[in-house]
Amino acid sequence: MRMAYYPGCSLDGVGLEFNLSTRAVSKLLGLELWEIPDWNCCGASAAHTRDQLLALALPARNLALAEQEGLDVAVPCAACFNRMKVTELATRSSKETKDAISELIELPYEASNQARNLIDVMANVVGLEKIKEKVQKPLSGLKVACYYGCLLVRPPEITQFDDPEDPMSMDNIISSLGGEPVYWAYKVECCGASQTSALPKATVPLLHRIFQNAFENGADCLAVACPLCFINLDMRQGGVKKAFQGSYNLPIFYFTELMGLAFGVSPKELGLKKHFVDPMPLLNSKGILTRANAGREAV
Amino acid sequence: METVRLSSTLSSGKSFLEKVQTESQVNVRDCYQCGKCSAGCPFVEAMDYSSHKILRLLQLGQIETVLKSKSIWICSHCATCYTRCPKKVDIPRLMEFLRMEANRQGFIGEKTVNIFSNLFLTSVRLTGRVHEMGTMGFYNLLSGHLFQDVLSAPGLFFNGKITPIPHLIKNRKVIQKIFANTKQRQGES
Ligand code: SF4
Ligand code: SF4
Repeated sequence: MRMAYYPGCSLDGVGLEFNLSTRAVSKLLGLELWEIPDWNCCGASAAHTRDQLLALALPARNLALAEQEGLDVAVPCAACFNRMKVTELATRSSKETKDAISELIELPYEASNQARNLIDVMANVVGLEKIKEKVQKPLSGLKVACYYGCLLVRPPEITQFDDPEDPMSMDNIISSLGGEPVYWAYKVECCGASQTSALPKATVPLLHRIFQNAFENGADCLAVACPLCFINLDMRQGGVKKAFQGSYNLPIFYFTELMGLAFGVSPKELGLKKHFVDPMPLLNSKGILTRANAGREAV
Repeated sequence: METVRLSSTLSSGKSFLEKVQTESQVNVRDCYQCGKCSAGCPFVEAMDYSSHKILRLLQLGQIETVLKSKSIWICSHCATCYTRCPKKVDIPRLMEFLRMEANRQGFIGEKTVNIFSNLFLTSVRLTGRVHEMGTMGFYNLLSGHLFQDVLSAPGLFFNGKITPIPHLIKNRKVIQKIFANTKQRQGES
């Protein structure tokens, strides 16, 4: 299995654990990731509110570079994924748009390949059976609220992925790892990440509602698939909890970190020590790290 | 919330609504005011006019009220409304267009959102990528939110998540060219 890989700006910075864990689990699963050489920012979260053409051109260059290799693109960041899908579909919609985009990026681009988000890649390209085979330390006893947010599933005409109101792909991955996905109501609520720096006060209630609902439904932690959601839920949790006197303490994981833990990769290698809400007490209390190891030792 | 003058002219509104339709493919007359969009909007408490009210104001030709609103800057384009709307009114596209139009006319309903978008795109144009520390630092200076993220930024810095050095792509000329080509094309149309 070989796919082009578009990490996106966040995975070089605030989302670096997502990058570390994605690379670690892909390697174990035999998924070869070809990083698009000299990829550029796709403009997500700002370009589309300024200039629709620029918002198509920036992702198009990356997609065009992958197309030259004949590869689909694995995209960890939900915001990048969404902008790439918009570009891909706009390119296919009319010759006029296609030509305009090619002229702007000065590269041929036919949109013959496609962008796929990482949950989709793991659940449907790699497959749940393969994931189950690799589990060394099952996540049994860990209750996980799978949080998808907006941009992976909405609008469904663009994302063409799972159910926009009740997606299950990430829940199925967690089950395959031996974990227990909880049934909860806020898996596709917006956490306000794109506005969290500019309008921090306005995003506090959004975050609280998500934490509270996960907590009420018995979750020990949240699993996410987007660096913007992650940093918003992880970094702001302390402040939100204080503002609402919440009684929750919910470590946030990239779903790829949970995959890595279940595959026996060490917390350090996955970047788990970099979280604001320390996940180690939870992992220790569930005995996941010390769990009898069926084969491969933790690195 | 301001009171709305319903007597203002509907005719000047008409040509504006045509422009809305051409540029965002939204026909505001499609909306039958069921309110489902506003019921699920995550930012509804922070907005001065909820999304179905924005649509009603447009239907009534109250263009300036809409362009001066905070709502069009607060919307996160999460598409909850669009996914649920029984008439498939693409509100996030409409909100994007309205924000661009307000910007062109000099109405900036939420200054901080505007500053943030400008910095983000400047970073992309200059380096090809977003430089988080630079963007955050300049943002705090320009917005006056000097102490925002102060509690988290050192943490981010020490765990190696943000660095003072921007990630530059090699082919920065290509990116600047894309910006220039886009600008030129916009000028022509
Ligand atoms: S959900 Fe659609 S039809 Fe209903 S008020 Fe909102 S825009 Fe109008
Ligand atoms: S897209 Fe904007 S208006 Fe619609 S639900 Fe999301 S924040 Fe509200």
